[in-house]
Amino acid sequence: MATYEWYPKRRDYEAEKLKEVCAMEAATNHPLKTIRVVEMKTAERRGTPSKTTPTKASPMSDFIDPLSMCDPLSAALDGSHPLSVSAAQAGMPTRTKNLQNKVSMHGDKDYNNLDETFEPWVVRKNAILTKYTTSEKLSITTSFLSSSDKERVIIKTQASSTVTDKVKNRLEQLDDFEEGSVQEMLNLTQQDYIKRIDELNQALIHAWNLDQRVKALKIAIQCSKLLSDISVIQFYPSKFVLITDILDTFGKLVYERLFEKAQYTPKGSGVPIRLPENFTPDQVSESAKETCRNWFFKIASIREMIPRFYVETAILKCYGFLNVGEYDEALRRLASMIRGIGDPLVAVYARCYLCRVGIIVSSGTRDHIMPCFDDFLTTYFQVQGDSVQNTLAMQKLEMPRYLTLFSPALDWILQCVAHRAPENTLKIVLQKCKEQCNSALLLNSILSAFKPEFISVRATECIEMIRDCEDMGFPKHLLHRSLGLCLVLAAPPENQRLTVLNDVWKVILKLKNPADYIGCAEVWVEYVVKHFGNKELNTVLGDIIKHMSPDRAYEDFYAPLQSVITKILCHIHDFSQLFSLDKFLPFIDMFQKESVKIDVCKSIMESFIKHQAEPTNDPVIINALMFVCKTMHDSVNALTLEDEKRAIGHLICGFILKISFGRDFEQQLSFFVESRSSFSNIDAVLIQLIQSVNNLSMETRKVVKGNHSRKTANFVRACAAYCFITIPSLQSVYCQLQLYLLCGQGALLNQCFSQADAFFKAAISLIPSMPKMMDFDGKVRSTETFLMDYIQNFVSTLLTVPDNPDSGVLYLLRGLINIVQNYTWDVHSSGKVLVYLRVIAILSASCQEVYCYRVDKVDANDALYGNDPKFLSEARSMCSTLVDEVLSQLKLLSDSDSLKKQGSLTLELLNTIISHGDLSQPSMVTLAVNLWGLAQKHGQTDSKQKMKVLDTIRIKSSSENGSQYRDLLNQLPVETRT
Amino acid sequence: MSGGPSLLQQRQKKEGTTLDIRLKKINKIYREGDIVAGVVVIETHGVSGEVQHQGVTLTMEGLVTLQLSAKSVGLFEAFYNSLKPITLVNNSLEVAKPGKFPGGKTEIPFEFPLKPKGNKTLYETYHGVFVNIQYTLKVDMKRSLLSKDLQKQVEFLLEYKSEADTEKTKISPLPFTIAPETLTNVKEKQNVPQFKVKGRFDSSSLKITNPLTGHLTVEQCEAPIKSIEIQLVRVETCGCAEGYAKDATEIQNIQVADGDVCRGLSIPIYMIFPRLFTCPTLSTNNFKVEFEINIVIVFLDDHLVTENFPIKLTRY
Repeated sequence: MATYEWYPKRRDYEAEKLKEVCAMEAATNHPLKTIRVVEMKTAERRGTPSKTTPTKASPMSDFIDPLSMCDPLSAALDGSHPLSVSAAQAGMPTRTKNLQNKVSMHGDKDYNNLDETFEPWVVRKNAILTKYTTSEKLSITTSFLSSSDKERVIIKTQASSTVTDKVKNRLEQLDDFEEGSVQEMLNLTQQDYIKRIDELNQALIHAWNLDQRVKALKIAIQCSKLLSDISVIQFYPSKFVLITDILDTFGKLVYERLFEKAQYTPKGSGVPIRLPENFTPDQVSESAKETCRNWFFKIASIREMIPRFYVETAILKCYGFLNVGEYDEALRRLASMIRGIGDPLVAVYARCYLCRVGIIVSSGTRDHIMPCFDDFLTTYFQVQGDSVQNTLAMQKLEMPRYLTLFSPALDWILQCVAHRAPENTLKIVLQKCKEQCNSALLLNSILSAFKPEFISVRATECIEMIRDCEDMGFPKHLLHRSLGLCLVLAAPPENQRLTVLNDVWKVILKLKNPADYIGCAEVWVEYVVKHFGNKELNTVLGDIIKHMSPDRAYEDFYAPLQSVITKILCHIHDFSQLFSLDKFLPFIDMFQKESVKIDVCKSIMESFIKHQAEPTNDPVIINALMFVCKTMHDSVNALTLEDEKRAIGHLICGFILKISFGRDFEQQLSFFVESRSSFSNIDAVLIQLIQSVNNLSMETRKVVKGNHSRKTANFVRACAAYCFITIPSLQSVYCQLQLYLLCGQGALLNQCFSQADAFFKAAISLIPSMPKMMDFDGKVRSTETFLMDYIQNFVSTLLTVPDNPDSGVLYLLRGLINIVQNYTWDVHSSGKVLVYLRVIAILSASCQEVYCYRVDKVDANDALYGNDPKFLSEARSMCSTLVDEVLSQLKLLSDSDSLKKQGSLTLELLNTIISHGDLSQPSMVTLAVNLWGLAQKHGQTDSKQKMKVLDTIRIKSSSENGSQYRDLLNQLPVETRT
Repeated sequence: MSGGPSLLQQRQKKEGTTLDIRLKKINKIYREGDIVAGVVVIETHGVSGEVQHQGVTLTMEGLVTLQLSAKSVGLFEAFYNSLKPITLVNNSLEVAKPGKFPGGKTEIPFEFPLKPKGNKTLYETYHGVFVNIQYTLKVDMKRSLLSKDLQKQVEFLLEYKSEADTEKTKISPLPFTIAPETLTNVKEKQNVPQFKVKGRFDSSSLKITNPLTGHLTVEQCEAPIKSIEIQLVRVETCGCAEGYAKDATEIQNIQVADGDVCRGLSIPIYMIFPRLFTCPTLSTNNFKVEFEINIVIVFLDDHLVTENFPIKLTRY
């Protein structure tokens, strides 16, 4: 193929621009708006674009689209932004409703007539399970986990048909497990025990599904029997949780079965239908009632009291099928039945279960709750009794530990007492408490059960009661803790606040055991933070340090110490005030374990970023946070997870963004310098620093309005130097490339030519080390598309860069071409050709007399060479070489697989010629015609693309000096058009 | 509580023809003079289609069966002298004449007036150890020599009518104190720990459908208590002029206190009378059925003291 000379077309950009300018028209309508159907009031306003304030934009809902505040689109949309409308339609109320639905779907629907102040059992359950554990060996007595043969025999005999036989049989079965077949499993670890209990649960459900209701009942009975066993007493609360879970399952199964059975026939219709959710007993069919009664008869005949109580309570809800008002009666009876339980711990948990079921089946019924509580008060002295003491001695359990076992049950009972109760109830309860047993245990539960508002009003009274109550080994510091929790939520009256603090802190101060101490201090810190000033907080922090330092006690209490920090950060948002406390940083120093320390630093930074609204230059803050950030930064090493790194990077960036010295740019720069030296390991931070510095130099430029003085010029050079030094230390080549280009552009804007040159050179020499594959958002992709974009961007930038007089003409572009040429492109990629075409375009542009665009106050090559013929011929010869190169590449693509690509690239070249080539030159025309021929040759070229090319030529030929295009058009052999 | 389809029923199904009685009343409780109504259900399965039979009869029967206990009259006599059952009702009617039933399900409705035989009284249903009062409906299908006769029996329950012959309960509270001094059958009183349990039953005369209620208080007790139980005992007397046997057996035992209960706290007593196994207190020429309550206090060392209270049960 012959070499083709390239002749760039002469262009008059101004004229072209004028020609292409469309007639302007006022936009009255949003283009997105018309496609949408809105069935809202706002739709009426569609045509009125006058409402432009975003706050007015969505007047029908409280919902504020976070975008709409600054988004000009939504302003124009006049409140019917597609997003905000859907949000408004959903509306807040429905959303909360959905949430509630979700919650109730979750099985808690029974609680839905209780408000959110009532903490559901599920929440407490897990807390109990984690708190009350044991390493002792446990035992289970049951007949269900091993022997299965026996069951089968029983089922067979059940086939006998008369009523009596059946009943007899069942009663026999009930007795059966009481006598024989029961096995005791000894020496179970806690894990095994929990597993066994879970197996029992499964066995129960399984038996039920196989219609073996008697077996299911027996399992329920055996399970509840385990609750009378107090052999490993510290595990009892957890055991209670596990077993009552099974009982709940059982109760639910029975209820659902009866509910299903209890279809009723409404008057006037012959078809039985399901019961509605809120049925009345008279809607229940007789047979369902009979079955229901049978259940209760069966349970009433259970010999042992504790299983009888638990199983009846479990199916308490079924009383709803029988008579109205049956609940109240049953609840009262069951409540008094508990008096027969001798062991106080077993009894209090039985009461807890009753209250728990009671509040679900009929939350309005409260008659049984107070008696439960009263009975507890009357029997409380039993914990001092011989039998309890013997048990404790045998199990080597101390009284304080034993008493804490009561807490979950007592808390629950008191929660039921306190739920929606008037303030008077608290008064009564406190009175009873004072009269009958002013025990610490009880007081503690009262403090946690009643509304904090009620408690806080009586703060001083409570403190007195705490002082006076007999502890019987129940740790009093827990009381102070509970009181603290209340007072944090609801402040005591203004005039009592300080006395309360003084009284309490005096006691806390004397606590010797660090665990007890920090438990209280952790809570009371929040009280101090909320209601008092720096001085008090500083004192308290100092006191904590004093208590926690001996024997490095803090090492065991990182969690509460951390919570102290969290609480402080929650309430103090004035960071200069916070850091000026002289005990705050020493407090932080107590976190010596690396991971904890990092967590603390993170929470400080998160709080800072969230709450520090204004940028600051307070040296106290900067120093303290520099230290904090440095700690975080130094924790990053080769083993740190990517996510962790990102999180830390994000926090440090947040810090950097919040520091501003205003107009003192040099100070700012030196802050950045310091930051760089401190945070050199995290890419994200370095990138942020480079961006900030770039920003700084642009700010400078803005201040001097582009006319740098000697001083500002030096400063912006320093900024550029900063970037230039920093970029190579980044890990990612991708980021380096981006930043080099960006900094180069910045430097050029600030008239730092040699610096810009250096950036561009560095970028060019870095391109070969761009990895072939890279991780984008978790997906590994080829970097080629990115690289092409980058190079095109780069090439466009180069048009504005004046040549360095020390180097040759267009040496940067040349360098780039060399790199592109030697770059190992993908085998099937057309990247190289496309890049060449862009370069041809830019070279053609650089041959113009006045360039298409330029950097303000920077002379580009047009001014430098003044359209010098030597320069022009240099550019043209480069173009010619490139055209040759492209053509030879096209030739390589002539095997059958790549014909399509060949066709498309051919047309691309043709396009370039049409746009940038001088078609008055015969050689260019020949080239164009040949290319067209090549594109037609194999018939594999995309016809749409061809049409587009033709259309372009046609448009150009219709313009006033389009004669050469008309000629070209005539020379192109056009296929028959359809 | 309904058991699933039993194995026996399943087997019958396979054989081809099943016979069943379904009573109209779900709880199967009837009173004298009521009409016992229901349907006889004949169901054929499989390919056989129709069923040949030699007639279907339905019988209503009420029987008191008495048995002497080996303990009171000796094994020999118990074996030979079991008393003749007393028939209270015996009616039968022909449901279908010999012929055929078509394949599938045939339901034949029936109604029986519930009337005693002769001048007999209809006692309430009762299932005891030595005395049994039971009412049944029995359906028989005679068949040709080749196939087995089919039979099905269902029990129905009888309760007294509200008016007329039955007694009404009179509320008579029964207070009690149990202490070492009140015990009668203890030989070595010095072994009994000091204790005092006070309480009362709300009534010693009770409606059978109501629970036994009351309360007790352990006022004082030296030894730790393991358990306090309420025992329901039936006392059945069989026989006539020439000699009778009286036996007391436990029906059920309900624990009202578990463990060493709090002193001075009133503990409720509550017991539901089990159906079938209790009936209104009954006294006739040939037999008697009476009930008693025992309060059993078990100490930790498994020694126990018992106090006995006769009670009277009535239907209304």
